[in-house]
Amino acid sequence: MSKSFGDQKVLDKIDLEVARGETLTVLGRSGTGKSVLLKLMIGLLKPDRGGIEINGVEVTGMPLDKLNRVRKTVGFLFQQSALYDSLTVEDNVAFPLRRHAEMEEEQVQAQVSALLASVGMLEARRKLPADISGGMKKRVGLARALALDPPIVLLDEPTTGLDPITASEITDLIADLRRQRSISSVMVTHDVHGIKGISDRLAILNEGKILINGTLDHLKQSRDPFVSTFMLRSGEVN
Amino acid sequence: MMSIGLLAIAVGMNNHAREGPGATGKAANPVLNCLEWFGGIAEFFFQMVRSATRTPFEGRELLRQMDEIGAKSLPLVALAGAAIGVVLSLHTRDSLIHFGAESILPALIILSLIKETGPIITALVVSGRVGAGIGAELGSMKVTEQIEAIEASAVDPRKYLAATRVLACMLMLPLLTIVADFSGILTGWLANELVEPMSFKLFLNRGLESTDIRDLAPSTLKTVVFGFIIGLIGCYQGMGARGGTEGVGRASTSAVVLASLFVILADVVMVRLIITVFG
Repeated sequence: MSKSFGDQKVLDKIDLEVARGETLTVLGRSGTGKSVLLKLMIGLLKPDRGGIEINGVEVTGMPLDKLNRVRKTVGFLFQQSALYDSLTVEDNVAFPLRRHAEMEEEQVQAQVSALLASVGMLEARRKLPADISGGMKKRVGLARALALDPPIVLLDEPTTGLDPITASEITDLIADLRRQRSISSVMVTHDVHGIKGISDRLAILNEGKILINGTLDHLKQSRDPFVSTFMLRSGEVN
Repeated sequence: MMSIGLLAIAVGMNNHAREGPGATGKAANPVLNCLEWFGGIAEFFFQMVRSATRTPFEGRELLRQMDEIGAKSLPLVALAGAAIGVVLSLHTRDSLIHFGAESILPALIILSLIKETGPIITALVVSGRVGAGIGAELGSMKVTEQIEAIEASAVDPRKYLAATRVLACMLMLPLLTIVADFSGILTGWLANELVEPMSFKLFLNRGLESTDIRDLAPSTLKTVVFGFIIGLIGCYQGMGARGGTEGVGRASTSAVVLASLFVILADVVMVRLIITVFG
């Protein structure tokens, strides 16, 4: 799959596969197209060449009705959380439930409470996004991404911009999520430290290409200059 | 010609707002920009109509927007109507006395307000308040990925965000116009009352003697078109915003400029049409 913006080639013949129940983490410097990769996966952007298959079904160029059916099976945590400003925390989490889950309002409220409790945000349910911190927004964003109990989750920089303690709490939440639910996930980040123990496989993206695709140990042993520099600067090798 | 020049400037502002990863860096051509803008908004409109006609309907969001656009514009529109009523009374009274025709003052105020001044003032006030608000709100949602988050939730933002706002503008403009008309008539009478005491009932009777439903209905209903223009342009400019807070500002400004311009142009066309049909 390839994607360019004007003359700028962001992704160049990328080929990735994620198995059911697996967590793939894509690492790379800021501005290398990691978020673009996630948006392509869910049809928010269209690739210039190539395609994306989810559960063996080609989603590229799919009509919106069908694409929306696929989107209901994918939870997306955005980099800046992307909570709806005009809705309270609980209404943000209830947003996909009210539209897609065939539930009475009492059931929606119960489900929202359970989701907010699982991310430790139950007490902030009546607050607006403007009144909560960045870390709290990530938690609410995660709860919203999981609202429809999706088998696939896409996580865009889940720990970026957070203090080390909050980042570690978010990492723990994702680890719990992996234990409790059999989900396939793709996470993009530049925080190598934050993804230890929650990734089955890692890939490094640079200048539009996947340089390496394997385990953390595999990455540490790589002789590719960019990969070794990235791991060195991340404090993963001496 | 002046209108076309203004349009080119306003559309240029819009296209500047659309610069981003997809920008090619080619020199901007005002004519191509205009054509591109018209093509873009037409496509946006058809996609919005197609998505809005599919179930489930966003009734809850529509009511919220009707409150936001209608109820919250009410004081401003009433105030603008009131000011126009006073100004009409002050300006025309002396001239009518000069010609010995002061008895037609109520009819002149009422006819001016309901046929033209009320609808256009309401549309321009709403264009400023609501057009800017929609452009800024949706622009802000666009640059903070909230619109993409709605799409990722398998909800069409053209239906949830745009169709509800456009429909709310179309439904609320005629009601706001009636408020502006009434407010202007009331203050027009008050301004007249200070110099020539006359009961409000008599003022109304004199004014309505030469007015019928053919004066009121087409002029009030044409504001449905104004509402459509304000809502559609506000949503299109907002949802196309790019470039952070600066882009939001540009989207908001261009929404007001373009909506006001197209409201005035549409008014010219509709007045001609109303005269042709209703005489």
